[in-house]
Amino acid sequence: MTPLIETKKLTHVYSAGTPFEHVAVEDVDFSASRGEFIGIIGHTGSGKSTFVQHLNGLLKPTSGSVLVEGEEIFSSPGRIRQVRSKVGLVFQYPEYQLFEETVRADIAYGPKNMKLDKEEIERRVLEAADFVGLEPELLDKSPFDLSGGQKRRAAIAGVIAMRPDVLILDEPTAGLDPRGREEIIYNIRRYHAAVNGTVIYITHSMEDIARFATRLVVFSKGHIALDGPPAQVFRHVEELERIGLTVPSVAKVMSILKQRGLPVEDGVYTVDRAVEVLLGLKGGVAGA
Amino acid sequence: MNIIQTEKLVFSYDPESEGEPILKSLDIGIASGSFVAVLGHNGSGKSTFAKHLNGILLPTGGKVWIDGMDSADEEKLLDIRRTVGMVFQNPDNQIVANVVEDDVAFGPENMGVPSEEIRRRVDEALKDVGMYEYRTHAPHLLSGGQKQRVAIAGIVAMRPRCIVLDEPTAMLDPAGRREVLDTVHRLNRELGITVVLITHHMDECIGADRLIVMSDGEIIADGTPKEVFPRVELMRHNGLDVPATVGLLYALKKRGCDVPLDALTVEECAEALYQYFKGDRKA
Repeated sequence: MTPLIETKKLTHVYSAGTPFEHVAVEDVDFSASRGEFIGIIGHTGSGKSTFVQHLNGLLKPTSGSVLVEGEEIFSSPGRIRQVRSKVGLVFQYPEYQLFEETVRADIAYGPKNMKLDKEEIERRVLEAADFVGLEPELLDKSPFDLSGGQKRRAAIAGVIAMRPDVLILDEPTAGLDPRGREEIIYNIRRYHAAVNGTVIYITHSMEDIARFATRLVVFSKGHIALDGPPAQVFRHVEELERIGLTVPSVAKVMSILKQRGLPVEDGVYTVDRAVEVLLGLKGGVAGA
Repeated sequence: MNIIQTEKLVFSYDPESEGEPILKSLDIGIASGSFVAVLGHNGSGKSTFAKHLNGILLPTGGKVWIDGMDSADEEKLLDIRRTVGMVFQNPDNQIVANVVEDDVAFGPENMGVPSEEIRRRVDEALKDVGMYEYRTHAPHLLSGGQKQRVAIAGIVAMRPRCIVLDEPTAMLDPAGRREVLDTVHRLNRELGITVVLITHHMDECIGADRLIVMSDGEIIADGTPKEVFPRVELMRHNGLDVPATVGLLYALKKRGCDVPLDALTVEECAEALYQYFKGDRKA
């Protein structure tokens, strides 16, 4: 099966040929299929943001290629326009990019550029607002009258309204409190399930991503350092810490218990799983 | 002695309106030399509270005393700002100069400190935050954690007795967060600077002497982190959470395991679990 999106030997060099030349991403081979929910982790400067900006053609590779459904994204000007609606990118702090007079017009901006007819645009706006949990009465307000959390959701709706198959989000919960984070994550998972697309979610929060990603891709120094299901990636506690990332506390606790000789399995990183594994030591019954 | 004392502090952006005020009669004393974390969800009033601690906002009811000075006393405003320095969320909005050491010198220059004294203070402040090697660098080329440490140095160079940090790590990656937290703890430990850290990251509160939890303009918990975090239901009910260590201990306790809930750090939590489960090691 052709992957939904893939990169082949993707390399990006900033300021090539100057003293500031910097290789941000080098020879990255990556592919993602429908249904995957991929967490991308890496410290600042690891190349992860540069990498995702290639996936909808915002950056052009210095060498290598990006393919969506098997076809090169820069093959023609028409092709790249098509890709921009197929692969939606939500930047960090997207609420700073709201600019229209009403929330409705802001969400409609993407679908309008896709040259959809009026009714379809309205349908998309309502659908997208529903996906992010924005009440319809907010649509006629100015984006600047919304609360911080509502603005963030309106900005995400603007991308979702294009119904992208691949939805890429860069730190969508930055600056939100635990409840706000849960709401955004819940909405993104709902969209993911509804369109059976691919979500690529960049984050610093291992604790959050550990709970819902089907796959984790760890960037370090412009390369993919680790790639696999979370349980597998979190076995590499020392390697993750060496490249400046924090491992979920639960994974660290379980790794200490194992070192001290308790027969617990590798790769436990969520509270729920840890509880089952630990109770298993007691034959499943506490106090036995 | 309390360096900061609020007395029935009330604040409302629109005191004429009928609505609930943002801060509802807070009585909080911050002991000199202590490290206090203030935790609350978005909209809980924690940032509004922080802005009262050096006179950026003035109470619409009640009083705020800073080192004995009334924050509403305009003549004392400069002294108040010298006593309590503020660090904000976004380092990019706080950096004014093109060279790190010029940026750190900005505050003391404005205070009219003599130039040799400025030189000495800037060097010391940069060493205090671990950024001395970067003194001639351009701030915009630094990482987020480094920029935030430069912003902190700019405050330290004014020799405040208290630093209030309003979500200083919200825009940083884990390594940057670590750098900033370690720096703030060191300033507290080694220079005796009182620290008030406003945050919604549970993990950042673990090392504090005291944790104040705010919700809807009121204090809902106040004590050491070991006293507050075991109150898991209260925290979750108020849109907050507890560190994952406590979350794990709590889940086990609910399933009948007799484990303590106040083992906050990874090491303490692992030790508590080891003690409880070691007898069940299969041969």
